[in-house]
Amino acid sequence: MDRIPILRIGDLLLVTIQVDMHDRLAMTLQDDLTERIVRDRAKGVLIDISALDLVDSFIGRMISNTAAMARVLDAQTVLVGMQPAVAITLVELGLTLPGVKTALNVEKGMQLLGKSYS
Amino acid sequence: MDTDGTFDLGQFNSPLLTRYAGSADLHQVLPLRGDEHVVNVRKHVREHALELKLSLVDQTKLVTAASELARNTLKYGGGGVVVLERLTDGLRKGLRLVFADTGPGIVDIELALRDGYTSGGGLGLGLGGTKRLVDDFVIDSRPQEGTAVAIIKWKI
Repeated sequence: MDRIPILRIGDLLLVTIQVDMHDRLAMTLQDDLTERIVRDRAKGVLIDISALDLVDSFIGRMISNTAAMARVLDAQTVLVGMQPAVAITLVELGLTLPGVKTALNVEKGMQLLGKSYS
Repeated sequence: MDTDGTFDLGQFNSPLLTRYAGSADLHQVLPLRGDEHVVNVRKHVREHALELKLSLVDQTKLVTAASELARNTLKYGGGGVVVLERLTDGLRKGLRLVFADTGPGIVDIELALRDGYTSGGGLGLGLGGTKRLVDDFVIDSRPQEGTAVAIIKWKI
């Protein structure tokens, strides 16, 4: 079965979504992420969507829910790399992803989580 | 509706479904029976939007609208088809997408279009939000017969 890889960097988890996800794949990612937060005792989750040319209400809801679940599991989530056209569409659609922290790229996302590369 | 090819849009006679019928120079029918078909619709709509030379923002809006409606057809209509048509109206060109199913229909369309309303555990943004992403939007829904939603994005 298809899965989106989750990488661990210290106490952070990094997910880079590079495929057009069908709904089941998005749900699998949500399950996998919550499981890994607990197993790896992760403190932060970075979701990189810079390669995504579409975020619809389903994917948006998955991201919101994942951030809420992570928070309950004592981890912060930062969504990084959203394309401008995706941001415009998302807001016009009515989705503002409340409660989800965002950053322009992975590096800034790590800074937001209080981490650095060095 | 036994096979995807035999879907009869004739049962819906909304003006938007027929208005530009003579000017369509491409007619493509795609099935909507599962998750993967939603991804397939997004891919095809993206290709046509590129061909139409829509701006990146308009491409994204159209593909997102298509994704929302394709999922509705699947989730609420029990599956169906999407018909893609390339339209010409004078100097402007556009893309029309018709999402049709033979499901239970929408009882109160105005309520369904309102932001925040949902009957299926979603965010309730599907229809009202989708309408904002396109230039033309029409729903024809009959109880126990089915629903057709037509959208058009014009290249200005």
